[in-house]
Amino acid sequence: MAFKLNINGQSHSVDIEPETPLLWVLRDTVGLTGTKYACGIAECGACTVQVNGQAVRSCVTPASSVIGKEITTIEGLSEDSSHPVQVAWMEADVPQCGYCQSGQIMAAAAFLDRNPNPSDADIDREMTNLCRCGTYVRIRQAIHRATEISVAGSPQASGGEDVA
Amino acid sequence: MILNREITRRKFIRTAVAGGGGMLLGFYLPVAQAVTGSADQQGLIAGNPWTPPTDGAGAEVNAWLLIAPDDTVTIRVAQSEMGEGVFTSMPMIVAEELQCDWSKVKAEYASANRSLQQDGVYKRMATNGSGAVRLSRAYLQQAGASARERLIQAAANEWNVSASTCTAKGSVVTHAASGRTLGYGELATAAADIQLTEEPAIKKPDQFTLMGKPLARLDTPLKVNGSAIFGADVRLPDMLFATSRTSPIVGARVKSYDFDAIRHRPGVHSVVEFQGNDSGIGLRSGVAVVADTWWRAKTALELLPIEWDYGPNTHINSKDVAAKDIEVLNQKTGAVVVDEGAALDIMNDATQVVEAVYTAPHQAHATMEPLGCTAQVRDNQVDIWMGTQGPEGALQEAARQAGVAPENVNVHNCFLGGGFGGRGARSEVAQAVEIAKSLGGRPVNLLWTREEDMNNDYYNPNPMAKFQAALGPGGMPVAWFNRVTSDSIFYWLRPGMTGNGIDRIAVGGLADMPYQIPNKRLEFIMRNKHVPVFFWRAPGVNHNIFMLESFMDEVALANEADPIEFRRALLSDSPQLLNVLNKVVEKADWGKSLQEGTAQGFALSDSFGTIVAEIAQVSVSKRGEVTVEKIDCALDCGNTVNPLIIEHQVESNIAFALSAALYGEITLKEGRVEQSNFDNYPLLGMAEMPEVKTHFALSGGSKWGGIGEAALPTCAPAVANAIFRATGKRIRSIPFKHYDLSWS
Repeated sequence: MAFKLNINGQSHSVDIEPETPLLWVLRDTVGLTGTKYACGIAECGACTVQVNGQAVRSCVTPASSVIGKEITTIEGLSEDSSHPVQVAWMEADVPQCGYCQSGQIMAAAAFLDRNPNPSDADIDREMTNLCRCGTYVRIRQAIHRATEISVAGSPQASGGEDVA
Repeated sequence: MILNREITRRKFIRTAVAGGGGMLLGFYLPVAQAVTGSADQQGLIAGNPWTPPTDGAGAEVNAWLLIAPDDTVTIRVAQSEMGEGVFTSMPMIVAEELQCDWSKVKAEYASANRSLQQDGVYKRMATNGSGAVRLSRAYLQQAGASARERLIQAAANEWNVSASTCTAKGSVVTHAASGRTLGYGELATAAADIQLTEEPAIKKPDQFTLMGKPLARLDTPLKVNGSAIFGADVRLPDMLFATSRTSPIVGARVKSYDFDAIRHRPGVHSVVEFQGNDSGIGLRSGVAVVADTWWRAKTALELLPIEWDYGPNTHINSKDVAAKDIEVLNQKTGAVVVDEGAALDIMNDATQVVEAVYTAPHQAHATMEPLGCTAQVRDNQVDIWMGTQGPEGALQEAARQAGVAPENVNVHNCFLGGGFGGRGARSEVAQAVEIAKSLGGRPVNLLWTREEDMNNDYYNPNPMAKFQAALGPGGMPVAWFNRVTSDSIFYWLRPGMTGNGIDRIAVGGLADMPYQIPNKRLEFIMRNKHVPVFFWRAPGVNHNIFMLESFMDEVALANEADPIEFRRALLSDSPQLLNVLNKVVEKADWGKSLQEGTAQGFALSDSFGTIVAEIAQVSVSKRGEVTVEKIDCALDCGNTVNPLIIEHQVESNIAFALSAALYGEITLKEGRVEQSNFDNYPLLGMAEMPEVKTHFALSGGSKWGGIGEAALPTCAPAVANAIFRATGKRIRSIPFKHYDLSWS
């Protein structure tokens, strides 16, 4: 079946079985390999992308269910790694092997959109993506740092005290 | 199905620079070949046959580094980047001596093929044993120093002055007397031809200006925007995808399968059967489906009717193995590993003997990226793309499987989505090459499902051990008896190394335990099952230190001694261990007042050349729910290349250890591995990750310890010892989840 998907602001025509998980449409059909496969059963979150701004585990999301919606992958989160979460991730030197980090970043970005100033308990509850390297300590630091960067960079904060 | 790739190398590098605060990292993308033509033209992909640099590309001063006219230095990394930071730490070592501009350093993989053809020029290419810094630092320093002196000599020759009057710094050679300067890029070609009468000495730690600094990792920018290419991400023109299912039980074989049942499914190309062997190691009997996308291959494989002959191992169950282990420990005498004094006699006559039996189950590596390999077999030439801990082994395996000379194989190493000992020695290379052989020159990207990865792993061994300590005056041990039974990694890997019945890894941490006890005996009984065992982060010590350090607390507490004071008394001739112990005791404030149900636990180890002491602070609810609140880790690896990466590794070791200690077990039922995915082999999550504090207790000198695994062994026993002090319940097996830890 041929249909169109809106990925990172661009329309992509794909011709694939509609039940194909979004993950594999991204990786094998569209060629965006930043989104990773690790479990295939929505346990680990390595495949996390955003659909209409919500974090979604793309390994169990049929492509047909996201037709007409805005799909954002790690490649489209920013043009130049300037999203506050990406900047914070670099400042905190989070990644080790890096395989799960696209999913971690996409989950964190969606989470911070909903909850711009999370507590540690909020992070514990919402950041359920798995990392075998155990970068959790630095992910936590980076999420708090991203909050600061967002506040410092927002129009409301201009002229105010430098939070960073 | 291959559409236009959007990431060209140029964009990729630019993005990396923009994101990286000026750090330039040339990790060469396999995808560049698809976009911009042959890799040979670009010289982009590590592992291609080495050719002299073309005009303008720069000059190799030696095999480790290429200097471009614009002063960019490309440093070849012979170790594999799986998260432990070698793409940063290895270049730091070379750059320290080269005295080049760090902001113009790029890293790329060294070529396994070149090392094969040039007499092992890259020396140690397997990444294991926490050995990257520990075992390659000296010759990497030498490579940098020798290149620096050649650059200086080249400048001196140009100016007709003595080299001793010239200095090198920031990629520039300066003749101070005349104020003349030349950049490394201008000097590299001449430097490459210079023969020194004597190679320079390498720097001592007190001379370092780059090593020892907590520099940001070079690969981070690539790992926050999706551009880091892992083995699974390799895309080549005309490439097919495959996934495989091997025998569900080691020793099972495919009897038949019905390709016609899936032949007409969309995108399906073919089925390849692996003849395999029955041994559990190497290529196992199985099938792979090849299709134009991975998902189509995977769904077709699920629908492929396969009949199995389940083979001779269907009677093997973990609970029976454990029952037999106990019987063996009680009835058999093992191969004697340590026999000092008269341990058995004293034990028989002792008035107080503490005794316990400990065990730990198999564990899976469970790297986030399942195993896979992309292979292309053309005429007499084989190329494989993968993230591997052992590029030389992968090269030989591909050559063997394809029937070509090793010189005709290129290994294009990629970023590894986790390693931990599990990536590079299993059957993914043989499978991918076997499939590629049937594809008439088309490349194929083989990627295992998570379920296949867990079913087809080589697991951490499954030991059981009996400990006895005879106590003398003051409650101190006067005799020690330890009998261990376990599978043997070397039985599978190098049978010649177990001829005397002893596997030195299986008794690691026990045979060399640091405590001074005058009479000691250690025996080992090898018991191998049908499933293969292999190196799993901190092999041997990952479970042996759990058993030893838990038991040490049992011995101390038998007479209500403080576990720290008890150990201090047994370590009086080990000042370096005492130094690390004392550091963590101070930093964690050992013995501080804590509320009921919360306690500290201690453990000590000396592995991979690094001494580690950890104190865990753990709370246990009255219902028995465990929260590991904090781990303080003191360590002495002697000197450091990058202390920030060391902190990363401590955190990583602790997370890895806790996954296993709290939840991890691979069990066998009727010969099959019962676990299949993260729902039944859970990993530690954010909410369970403790606060971690790393405390350096560096002794300096000539000590250079490893760090990728050294902080792992002490975590489980420190937590178990804390749980005992919180609840009065002693944990003697992994995983802890099986214990009822409720208290009142």
